[in-house]
Amino acid sequence: MDNLQLNLMVNGQPTIRQVEPRLLLSDFLRHELGLTGTHVGCEHGVCGACTVQFDGRPVRSCLMLAVQAEGHAVTTVEALANSQEQLHPLQQAFWEAHGLQCGFCTPGFLMTLVPFLAEHPNPSEREIREAISGNLCRCTGYQNIVAAVRLAAERGSAGS
Amino acid sequence: MKPPPFKYLAPDSLEQALELMAQYGEEAKLLAGGQSLIPAMNFRVAQPAVLVDLNRITSLGYIKTNGDGSLAVGAMTRQRELEFDPQVAERVPLLHEAMPHVAHPQIRNRGTLGGSLAHADPAAELPVVAVAASVRIRAESSQGERWIEADQFFHGMFTTALQPGEVLVEVVFPPAEPGTGWSFLEASRRRGDYAMMGVAAGLNLNAEGVCRAARLVYMNAGDGPIEARQAAAGLGGQRPGPEAYEQAAAAAQQEIDPLGNVHASVDYQRHLATVLTRRALAIAAERARGNGSSPMADAT
Repeated sequence: MDNLQLNLMVNGQPTIRQVEPRLLLSDFLRHELGLTGTHVGCEHGVCGACTVQFDGRPVRSCLMLAVQAEGHAVTTVEALANSQEQLHPLQQAFWEAHGLQCGFCTPGFLMTLVPFLAEHPNPSEREIREAISGNLCRCTGYQNIVAAVRLAAERGSAGS
Repeated sequence: MKPPPFKYLAPDSLEQALELMAQYGEEAKLLAGGQSLIPAMNFRVAQPAVLVDLNRITSLGYIKTNGDGSLAVGAMTRQRELEFDPQVAERVPLLHEAMPHVAHPQIRNRGTLGGSLAHADPAAELPVVAVAASVRIRAESSQGERWIEADQFFHGMFTTALQPGEVLVEVVFPPAEPGTGWSFLEASRRRGDYAMMGVAAGLNLNAEGVCRAARLVYMNAGDGPIEARQAAAGLGGQRPGPEAYEQAAAAAQQEIDPLGNVHASVDYQRHLATVLTRRALAIAAERARGNGSSPMADAT
């Protein structure tokens, strides 16, 4: 099938590529743009590892075609930290609270939780657990992820 | 785990979409939120030759209250919009209560009402809500439009009354009758998973607190939304209470036909149906009582 031209914003950068219609957004980010922070787990919308923000809202990038992002803005985990030295406040909280072990699921959790914290600056544990219900972690048992979110919320500014 | 090649078309207007559907017929598949179709394509269970993407047709995304008090929802309205829209909470409390159970927040950000109904998964919440709420569904094709009643819409597993070339464009929820209380309950292994069993229950009580009409519709209890008409009819003329709920739950067992799966045996699904029926009816009755004139106090 013919390639289509795709114009979109990725992490604030205007981006133009020629893509096959069947290319998934997750594979576009990883293979075409080299943004390998977006992880691919199950490829059918269960694990949440590939979560990115689409026009600011968390979505599964494995359940969208890249061509559907035409004219839209996609934000990946690479956009969170200001620099290699300065983590995003939520990343810092994950680091300190031991909210990750192998780290495979972490980008999906972060991209889910940043908009969540913007809407719920002081979330209850129940709200946190509800928010992360679509992200699987096989290492932590979630306890320290919840603790990390609470830590980030206490410090504020994790939703930006 | 990648979709096979297909021709991708993304019309800007409904008229263009209808033309494309008329042109490609059964070759074409409509892409709404894609939260079921894309995984099916990733698995190559679905291999459409042509994909007609509805996502650029912004005119299909709306929630508006009609003059008669009914609520009209455009087919491409995202599930997240339904979850938080105050008109939904006020006018269709059953839908409002069911929304957080529909998969996960990330899925609801993309998933649409029209897509879920057209997909007709027997384990999905929205088809059950549509039948329980007696919605009317408007479909358009290049030949014109037609209205389909909810109880005529679902034709079995992943099958609906929609014909090739037709596009589901709008869903209308009728106004709630005074004295009606609704409840939606489901049991799943984890929050957001497909439920092992679920039920939408509605009770309409008269001024004396006697049941005028009832509704019981089950999820994952057969090859589509399963309405337990006999069980609901048995509640008519009764005063809601534990005995009536028990009878209704027992009667519903004759009408549901759960298939069982790796998460729940048929026996366990039936057990869940009994428990959920009792609980849902008790909640619905309480809401109906506190709710003699206003259909909106249900919003929880």
